[in-house]
Amino acid sequence: MDFQTFLQQFVNALSLGSLYALIAIGYTMVYGILRLINFAHGDIFMVGGYLAFYGVSTFLMPWWMAVIVAIALTTVFGVGLERVAYRPLRDSPRISIMISAIGASFLLENLAIVLFNARPKAFPVPEFFARNFILGGVHIASVSLIIPLVTAVILAALLWIVHRTRVGMAMRAVSTDIEAARLMAIDVNRIVSITFAIGSALAAIGGILWALKYPRLEPLMGIMPGLKCFIAAVIGGIGSIGGAVLGGLLLGVIELMTVAFMPELTGYKDAFAFVLLIVVLLVKPTGLLGKNLGEKV
Amino acid sequence: MLSIKNLSVHYGGIHALRGISLDVPAGKIVTLIGANGAGKSTTLNAIIGLVKADSGSVSWNGQDIYGGQTKAIVESGIVLVPEGRRVFPNLSVDENLTLGAYARNDRAEIEADRERVFGLFPRLKERHKQKAGTFSGGEQQMLAVGRALMSKPKVLMMDEPSLGLAPIFVGMIFDIIRQINSIGVTVLLVEQNAKVALSVADTGYVMETGTISFSGSGQELLADDRVRRAYLGES
Repeated sequence: MDFQTFLQQFVNALSLGSLYALIAIGYTMVYGILRLINFAHGDIFMVGGYLAFYGVSTFLMPWWMAVIVAIALTTVFGVGLERVAYRPLRDSPRISIMISAIGASFLLENLAIVLFNARPKAFPVPEFFARNFILGGVHIASVSLIIPLVTAVILAALLWIVHRTRVGMAMRAVSTDIEAARLMAIDVNRIVSITFAIGSALAAIGGILWALKYPRLEPLMGIMPGLKCFIAAVIGGIGSIGGAVLGGLLLGVIELMTVAFMPELTGYKDAFAFVLLIVVLLVKPTGLLGKNLGEKV
Repeated sequence: MLSIKNLSVHYGGIHALRGISLDVPAGKIVTLIGANGAGKSTTLNAIIGLVKADSGSVSWNGQDIYGGQTKAIVESGIVLVPEGRRVFPNLSVDENLTLGAYARNDRAEIEADRERVFGLFPRLKERHKQKAGTFSGGEQQMLAVGRALMSKPKVLMMDEPSLGLAPIFVGMIFDIIRQINSIGVTVLLVEQNAKVALSVADTGYVMETGTISFSGSGQELLADDRVRRAYLGES
């Protein structure tokens, strides 16, 4: 393989990895606060993509407006999901809330088949994102550059929120000790809602960027990326935002590079994530950047 | 005055409080002593709203606060330093203190209170950027008390502040409790270390298996035969 191919693949890997990172952040934040794996997160990602699609194609909004509306609605949707499916079970055994998450995921997938139709839809990609550059002999779609850029900006904003603001401090407090946080007069429900809002907004952004890169929407499109991003979060160390980003990028690079170097393994592409997961769990069970959070009681 | 009447709590099948009543007059130090499992911590947790009571009432200055949200109770000025301190180990001293003042908006006064806390515990000031998790038990207890003071308590409830501390810190914490009380903060203290607790308390209540068996002034109880035998290890 020559340098050009490597560069080509690297750009692709970077943008795919950034997408994984965006979605993985949602898993990791919710886990950090509630010790809950939000199995419906991948489906929220799908909802984000569809909402943007309908904004543009049915409601004929300019694409930027459709994007904003889709992100806003998905955020509301994610917060609502927590209210309905998770909050009532907060004090129940952990297994109940997990089963509720799995149920929510199935419900969303099947509801999407009913409402959106199972036939894939072509996502309208604006000219701006589809444009191709040739840089040193490498073909780069502008969306492949935009994705890592957007991810970097969002990550910076998120780290600022978590480490420099009052709400962020409260989030960190709730994630270490919910009861002690209550004693500080922190409204835990509000913090949980904010966490779901951030996670869902990121999933929506991820879903829309995904659709711009792979312009094909289907109701089950969230399953595989959702699973992989969950794995990315675990590999990086679940509960850690930096870890989710690292895990996402790592997964993107490994997935695409292996295909590039060993084309005969292309058919096993989706399996790499799981192999990586097993290796990391065997060697470092808390993930690359993870600390032992302990069980919540 | 904080007034508890007939408070009863079930805890996963255990009748942890069997209708206890006690009064904490404003400006006083009241202590609850008793053996492990007598229901002392449950009493505090029920007052602050972390544990739901089945029946009974808690009122603060004549206002019923029973069944309220912890947030609202803390905002009304009743603050708990929980057992085991429960500082946020991954947050710095400064952040822990800021969280203590989470419900407040008066920035200037918050900063003044922070300085006051640092005056009380110079050790915290020296290490204000350090994560609380790196502190010793005694230092964490100072931080927990400092954090509680940041919420401007009218009633400060403390659950086993001496637990697991070196003797030098025990003396120090109780000195601080006296100081805090002397500036007008009412204190409700739960302790297994009955001797120290009764020596600072105006009133003591002795708890046994979910009930209050008797009460009296701190000095009376220190001299009481039953207390001496059961809790002070004397014969």
